[in-house]
Amino acid sequence: MKNLFNKFGERLNRVSSMKLTLLAVLSALIVGAFIIIVSDVDNLRDGDVLGAVSTVGSAYWALVVGSFGSLRAISNTINSSTPLILCGVSVAIAFKAGLFNIGATGQMLAGGMTSLWVGFAMDGPGYVQVPLAILAGAIGGAVFGAIPGILKARTGAHEVITTIMLNNMAAFFILWLLKTDLFQREDRTDPISKLVSAEGRLPRLFGFMDGRADLIAHVGFIVALGAVLAYWWFLKKTTTGFEFRAYGLNADAATYAGMHVKRLTVLSMMFAGGFAGLAGAAEVLGTYGYASTNFAGNIGFDAIAIALLGQSSPLGTFFAAILFGALQAGGRQMQTNSDVPIDLIIVLRALIVMFIAAPLLVKTIWRTKNATIAAGQTFRGWGS
Amino acid sequence: MRKQTLKGLAVGLVAVVGLAACGSSDSSSDTTVAAGAAGLACEVTDIGGVDDKGFNQNAYDGLKLAEAELGVSIDLLESASDADYQPNLQSFVDKGCNVIVTVGFLLADATKAAAEANPTVQFAIVDSNTSAPNVQGLTFATDQPSFLAGYMAAATTKTGIVGTFGGINIPPVAIFMQGFAKGVEYYNAQKGTSVKVLGWDIAKQDGTFSGDFSDQTKGTSIAKSMADEGADIIFPVAGPVGLGASQFAMDSAGAVKIIGVDVDMTISNPTQAEVYVASVLKKIDAAVLQAVKDALAGTGGGTDYLGTLENGGVGVAITSTVTPELQAELDAVTAGIIDGSIVTK
Repeated sequence: MKNLFNKFGERLNRVSSMKLTLLAVLSALIVGAFIIIVSDVDNLRDGDVLGAVSTVGSAYWALVVGSFGSLRAISNTINSSTPLILCGVSVAIAFKAGLFNIGATGQMLAGGMTSLWVGFAMDGPGYVQVPLAILAGAIGGAVFGAIPGILKARTGAHEVITTIMLNNMAAFFILWLLKTDLFQREDRTDPISKLVSAEGRLPRLFGFMDGRADLIAHVGFIVALGAVLAYWWFLKKTTTGFEFRAYGLNADAATYAGMHVKRLTVLSMMFAGGFAGLAGAAEVLGTYGYASTNFAGNIGFDAIAIALLGQSSPLGTFFAAILFGALQAGGRQMQTNSDVPIDLIIVLRALIVMFIAAPLLVKTIWRTKNATIAAGQTFRGWGS
Repeated sequence: MRKQTLKGLAVGLVAVVGLAACGSSDSSSDTTVAAGAAGLACEVTDIGGVDDKGFNQNAYDGLKLAEAELGVSIDLLESASDADYQPNLQSFVDKGCNVIVTVGFLLADATKAAAEANPTVQFAIVDSNTSAPNVQGLTFATDQPSFLAGYMAAATTKTGIVGTFGGINIPPVAIFMQGFAKGVEYYNAQKGTSVKVLGWDIAKQDGTFSGDFSDQTKGTSIAKSMADEGADIIFPVAGPVGLGASQFAMDSAGAVKIIGVDVDMTISNPTQAEVYVASVLKKIDAAVLQAVKDALAGTGGGTDYLGTLENGGVGVAITSTVTPELQAELDAVTAGIIDGSIVTK
């Protein structure tokens, strides 16, 4: 067994950052297995260790079946991943410029509400309304994202503080909005929005299959793929993208080289907000068809873990988001098939991030020889 | 079995790290579990989870009652986000549940959609009205017991100031606070006193809210600021946030008392039982049991169940010593509410 792991390790030696990621995920799953065993009180009380181990097996097997085991499972994974990809790109692009965007939740809420407004105020035709509503989401998120950027550029207010605060402001603003006549659904007294008109809903990806209303994935996923592509193109092919990276790697050098760092600060937060706004649009127009107070859920925070896991690279962020989406979709199946609560998924995610953030720990546990394992994405500290 | 287990583990490890191929065919993962002789009753929670010491848990208690009393099998799915509602309901439909109980108005849209797509399955939704012929709404006149709690608080406060706060200003929360404030108002009118209520303004229909149902530190800070303003009895209507207020009351060493909400909190939160003078009961468990009975009998859909003081669907559990005079007054007020001569809203 040890030999196997060594070989596994050797093969992975070639791509050290990917190796760190995979080992972190593997470590998280192993720790997760112990947690399942320890929390499997019924079997442990009976002294049935084998039974407890089998719970681990059925739980992890359900994760696979529930995320990739059927067309519905794949559809669920796609659906869960869509906002995670978009918010992951949002956090990643800010990371690239050396900024820590904790405000994806607020930006997602802002973008979701602007797209929602287009979604219910218009009634088709779809080929006009849908692109318009998506665009509105991007703009709403970008405007909201620009605020911490401007605050930082003008006053030096740290974006970690301002984005967290703006999350709360967005949440309460939306609670209020959802109780205004403009947004609140006519026959409801709780804060829930009007329905997006039928033409304004994002078409379902598997809409061509008749009678499969359970396949809920929507074309927001295409938007997310486009966002990943755009992010890659922006970073590698544009001057501003190069400036982002330079600014992120060394702000002083960027300034010395004559780059307008204030402009870069505002732009990067604006782009980050735009991507998160798209996530809001995808959820409101695609998944729900309406907005409630918590349609953003924890997605904006999961996105931080995703960007870290993907080392902020376009492809890495994409696959990290698919992994998290698969965990979410598989988690539901796990809950259905075994008595392991869905909270385990949150634990697994947390463990993955912990192992990513502690490369030396992973190195020690797995006794890897190469010393080039890089730490995860970094951002500038306080007062910079 | 063991071999299969290890295989499952190994495949699980590999697949979750992102190396697994996609399933080749649509081998539906649906499993139809043999239900108990009497049927299968299922619950989908909202994002609070089943251990919220609140309505999700209370609804599940109702299912456990149904399991014991009716011999049905029960099952549970928790939702971690709004996005889980639809897939969870779908899982239960596939599993062959006879009745699916959804908890909270957040699930109203998903429940309606699932009910319309599956007209042969019975649904019951806590805190929301019926939306389809096969959906039974389970609603509660919680203003009535809250009114009693307000009356009792006004009668027992030493400082002449009582407080209440909510999670979010939504009808199922505000109705408690309104009833509480009305109860205090009624006491003042009867006795010529001027007990003040912090945290709810009857005229404006607005008051103090923590903004969510999860952050206990907010409950502590709100309770502290109310205590600073002189309140000695506080009625939190904010689920787990209220536990933060209970913690503050514990630390105050008897200066501040709490009125519990939804369930008898001396039982659900026994380590802090001493801070609760009473609890306003919203007997979701009894309603869920009734809903399961109705659903299995095929009589549940299209109507609403309303829990009142009269039918015992709501009530007050007094967990401190009250004088016989006050008890008599509370009994009289209860009778007044039931016969409609006292308005609690």
